[in-house]
Amino acid sequence: MRLRTIVWREIFERKNQLVTSFLAILLGISVIVSVKNITSYSEKAVARELDALGANILILPKSASLQDYYSSDMQDEEFPEEYVTRLATSDLQGLDNLSPKLSVPVDIQSRRVTLTGILPKNEFQAKASWQGAGIFSRPQGCGVVDVPGEAAPPAQETLVRRRVIDALGDTDALVGADVGASLGVKPNDTIQLLGKPFTVTAVLPQTGTVDDSRVFAHLHVVQKLAGKGPVVNAIEIVGCCNQISKGLVQKINQLLPEAKVVTITQIVDTQIKTNRMMSRLSVLFLGIIVLVGGASIANYMYANVFERRREIGTLMALGAGSSVVLRIFLLKALLLGLAGGIGGYVLGTVLAVVLGPRIAGVPVLPMLPLMPWALGVATAVSLLASYLPARRAARLDPCTALQEV
Amino acid sequence: MLQMRSVSKQYPHRGRMVTALDAVTLEIPKGDYVAVVGPSGSGKSTLLLMFGGMMSPSAGQVLIEGQSLYALDAERRAALRKKKIGFVFQTFNLVPYLSAMENVQVPLFLAGVDDANQERQAASLLDRVGLTDRLDHKPSELSVGQQQRVALARMLANNPDVILADEPTGNLDPDTSRDILDFFEELNREGRTVVMVTHDVRAAQRARRVLRLVDGAIVNHERDETRSMPERRTDDMCGAEAR
Repeated sequence: MRLRTIVWREIFERKNQLVTSFLAILLGISVIVSVKNITSYSEKAVARELDALGANILILPKSASLQDYYSSDMQDEEFPEEYVTRLATSDLQGLDNLSPKLSVPVDIQSRRVTLTGILPKNEFQAKASWQGAGIFSRPQGCGVVDVPGEAAPPAQETLVRRRVIDALGDTDALVGADVGASLGVKPNDTIQLLGKPFTVTAVLPQTGTVDDSRVFAHLHVVQKLAGKGPVVNAIEIVGCCNQISKGLVQKINQLLPEAKVVTITQIVDTQIKTNRMMSRLSVLFLGIIVLVGGASIANYMYANVFERRREIGTLMALGAGSSVVLRIFLLKALLLGLAGGIGGYVLGTVLAVVLGPRIAGVPVLPMLPLMPWALGVATAVSLLASYLPARRAARLDPCTALQEV
Repeated sequence: MLQMRSVSKQYPHRGRMVTALDAVTLEIPKGDYVAVVGPSGSGKSTLLLMFGGMMSPSAGQVLIEGQSLYALDAERRAALRKKKIGFVFQTFNLVPYLSAMENVQVPLFLAGVDDANQERQAASLLDRVGLTDRLDHKPSELSVGQQQRVALARMLANNPDVILADEPTGNLDPDTSRDILDFFEELNREGRTVVMVTHDVRAAQRARRVLRLVDGAIVNHERDETRSMPERRTDDMCGAEAR
C-alpha cells in the first residue's frame, strides 16, 4: 500500500466520473497539438515559398535608396567587401545566403547590359577564418523545410531562387534570360566582357526581374576588370523572417553603421502576419483548454472531494495529516494530466498528419518536441485546477467522519 | 489516562448557540472500559471526537497522558492519533475501493511501515478477527459483521492504547454484536482503554463503567466493581508487530 495505490484504485473504482474531465483535457490538448503541428509545417512551407522569392534584406551604401537599386540596377557608391566578412563572422542568427554584388555597365555586341560580380558559396567556405563562427557554421536554409516528395530545384535555378551559386570559375559567366535571348547566346559560347573572354556556363531561366538583363561573373574578376578595389555596391541576404521580426535588421545596422539596411517589408510582413495569426490561434486554443478543461477538472475535483468527505475524515481519524490528503488529490490530478497530455499528443499528432495536408495543403510529420509541451500544459492545467479542491479536502473537518452519530 | 477539565463546547446552529458539552470534568484511567450513554444530542459523540483530537473545546482542557491535546497543532494531533488512538465507527467507514487487506494496511502505510511488513501485519490482524479467507474481498463483498471485523483489524493496526468506538454494534445483529463486544473485552484485557458510545443497554452493561450524559453534562456514573482493571500487555500480537 502506497499513496499511489489509494489514488490508482480510486480512479478505477470511479472511472466513469473521470471520463468527462479526461475527455476535456484530451480533446483540448489534441486540438492544440494538432494546430501547433500543422502551423509549424505550414509556417515552414510559407517560409520556403518566401525564401524562393529571393532576398529579403538588402545592404546598400548609406545614400542609396531601394528605388535607385531596382530602377538603375546599380549605384555609383560602393562600400568595402569586408562588410561581408563582418556579417559572416558575426554571431547574428537568421542570416542565410549572403550575396555580395558589384554591378558595372558593359557593352556586349553594341548592347549595354549590366555585369554583376557575385561571390560563389565555395568562396565563403574556403575562408577558414569564417568557418566555425560565421554563417556556414549555422544550419543552412533557415525557415526552409525539405518537403517530402518534392525534388530539389535544378542547379541553374539556384542563383535565381536562393541568390547564391555554389561555384563559379574565373572565366565563367551566367547570362540572364533576356540577354541570352537578345544576343543569341547558348551555354558553352564565349562572350567578351571588359576585354576578357568568358565561357557561358548557363543561361538563367526567366525571372521577370532585373536579373533577366544581367550577366553574372565572379565578383573578384569583375572588381579587377572594372578597376575597382575590394568593393561591392550591394549585399543581398535571405534572412529568416522570424529573426527579422525579432530585430535582425537593427542588429545588422549596429554591425554595419556605415551602410543602409533595407528590408523588403511586404515579403517579410506576409510571413510575420501568417505566423502571428497562427500563434494567435494557438493562444486562443490554449485559452480554451485552460478555461474549459480547467473548469471541468475543477468541477470534477470539487464533486470528488464532496463525495469522499467521509473517506477523507476516516483517513484523518486514522492519522493522516492534511499533507497526505492534499497529495492524494494532487497525485490524482497529476495522473489525469499525464494521461490527458500523452493521449492528447497522440490524438493531436494523428489528426495533424491526417488532416494537415487537407487543411493547410502541406505534408505534416509528427513533432516529438510537442510531447513534453503537451504533457507540461496538461499537467499544469490539471494541477492548477485541482489545487483549490485538494486544499479544501486537506482542510476538511475530520469530524465529518463521525457525523452520522 | 484520558482527562477532561471543565470542558465546554458550544456551536451555532440555525442562528442560536447550542451547548454540546457543559463544563464536563472527567478522568478515564488507563485500561478502563467506559460506555457513554444518553439520548440523541446529549453530547456523546462530541465527547468522543474531543478525546480523538478531532473537535476542539470552546473552553477547558482535554488531556491524553498529561498532554493537552488541543495545545498541539492539527498535524501533531494527527500524529498523536496515528500513534495512540484507534477509531471504530458505527458505519465502519471502510474505504470502498480497497480490499479488506488494503483497508487494514492504510494506518500502517500512514505510519510509514514498508510494503512487506504492511502485508504481513494486515494478514495477521485479519486472521485474528477471523477473516483469513476474505483478504481480497472489497467491503461490498462482505457482510456487515465482516465489515466491522475489518474495521476492528484496521483499528488495531497501529496497536492503539486508546480505542474510541462510536456505536460499534449499532448496525449489527445480536450474535455479531456479541462477538464484537467479546472482542472489545479481549482488547480491554490487553490493557487498552476503551471508550464506547452506545445506545444499546446490553452493550453498555459489558463495560466497567457507564457514563450517562444529558444535555451535555454527566448525570450518572456507574461502576461495575466486580471487574478489576487489567495491566496493559506489552507482548500481545499487535504490539509486537505494529511497533
